[in-house]
Amino acid sequence: MTLTDLLRRDRDRRAALVMGQVVPEHGRCVQCGICSFYCPISIDVRRRAWLGQTITESRCLTCGECVARCPRGVLRFERSALFEAAP
Amino acid sequence: MTTRYLIIGSGVAGIAAAEAIRQHDPRGEITLLSDDRHGYYSRPGLAYLLTGELPEAQLFPLKPAAWRELGLQQAAGVAARLEPLAHRVVLADGASLAYDRLLLATGALATPSPVPGAGLPGVVKLDGLEDAQQLIQLARRARAAVVIGGGITALEIAEGLHAHCRQVHYLLRGERYWSSVLDAAESEIIMTRLAAAGIQLHTRTEAAEIIGQHGRVAGVLTTDGRRIACDLVAVAIGVAPRVELARAAGLRVERGILTDEFLQTSAADVFAAGDAAQVHDPASGKALMDTLWNVARSHGAAAGQNMAGGRVPYVKSMPLNVTRLAGITTTIIGAVGRWPDADMVGLARGDSETWRQLGQALVAEDQHEVNRIRLLVGPRTLLGAIVMGDQTPSRPLQRLVGEQVDITAIREPLLAPHAPIAALIAQAASGTSAEG
Repeated sequence: MTLTDLLRRDRDRRAALVMGQVVPEHGRCVQCGICSFYCPISIDVRRRAWLGQTITESRCLTCGECVARCPRGVLRFERSALFEAAP
Repeated sequence: MTTRYLIIGSGVAGIAAAEAIRQHDPRGEITLLSDDRHGYYSRPGLAYLLTGELPEAQLFPLKPAAWRELGLQQAAGVAARLEPLAHRVVLADGASLAYDRLLLATGALATPSPVPGAGLPGVVKLDGLEDAQQLIQLARRARAAVVIGGGITALEIAEGLHAHCRQVHYLLRGERYWSSVLDAAESEIIMTRLAAAGIQLHTRTEAAEIIGQHGRVAGVLTTDGRRIACDLVAVAIGVAPRVELARAAGLRVERGILTDEFLQTSAADVFAAGDAAQVHDPASGKALMDTLWNVARSHGAAAGQNMAGGRVPYVKSMPLNVTRLAGITTTIIGAVGRWPDADMVGLARGDSETWRQLGQALVAEDQHEVNRIRLLVGPRTLLGAIVMGDQTPSRPLQRLVGEQVDITAIREPLLAPHAPIAALIAQAASGTSAEG
């Protein structure tokens, strides 16, 4: 992998994080609470997963801790429509 | 007039029912009766408490505000007798609770080991938080532990014990782990990883007796005459639905408490949900059992709505479980196999009878170290799938299997040797998805 590739990958990753939001799939969730436990700013991600709601807290850092830690693949990043160009 | 709702059982089925009742009847009086003094917590989360990944306090999902919103009375006690005609439940301490609508969400309990010595102090199971606390406490002091059984729970215990106790022996009666759901290659992946982590596997090994010394567990004697010294024996050979209350009251009971698709039992105003319920599915004409957390939640939600006057059928969805086996995330979708499993008596926790309802199917598989996909390919649709490791294909597969999407276009390539299964699945899913 060239340096350009590396930089591009890093840029894409950051762009994905900035424009992403965490979306739960509640059919997989068993409310263990690992997501909420590891959230650095204490968002109750588990409650959102129970309710099947996207994490819309503007404080969410999209740091990916909850997505990575969930042992059941409940959470994923999805591109937020917030940054879509206005029509 | 205010309706009195009584829910027996504080597991997820009971909580989901309470939530649904409250949504449809803001004024109803809801009482949640439980013999688990810890009330509602994440039962599947106990696995992570055992390994030390989660502190105990984190297992309780509902914050005070959510409890206030539910507005229910919690009662601790053991239901001893149900009187369906009198609409009354009598507790072990003699008190009684009257109801207009009753939900039996009594769950399932671990089947005890039939071998001599199974009643000794130091023989443990994993039904609830109290068991998990005891397991951790004993494991910290134990020099060696023995695990007997199969399915998800046996592994959760083995891995949990291993986090606290140096020597863990896992006894398997057959050749391989969880043979009723996993195929030989999948069992092999799990067993290799367990062994690499330092858990000692003993295949074709059956406990004949649990030996005691000074009134405590001292070892396990196997049927081939070996003696494994240990201070702790954990048993997970299956669970049995708690149906005694219903059976004694004359309700129709088979393996579980029989209900129609509205979760209504054979007694007026009595509903059942969760691991204890055996729910009729009009689509298949069958009443198969599940011991899946999300199924219990859906049962509870439908039952609660119907208790509050609704008429909503429970529609059985494709049984799915995502679990971590020896550190590998594993998704089990639809029908996946039907091999005998010598380690289990009846269902495991996190199990579904539907997984074994496999008709004519060919197998397509793709394996790279710990990542593995196995598909059960029917004539026109996918009947089931197991995805281990990388979970990217599991979401599209959930849809392809669950919605019985026609896969004729990719069927031949899927079954070809060395087929790029993940790519074909992604292609099939994107070709048929609503988003395009």
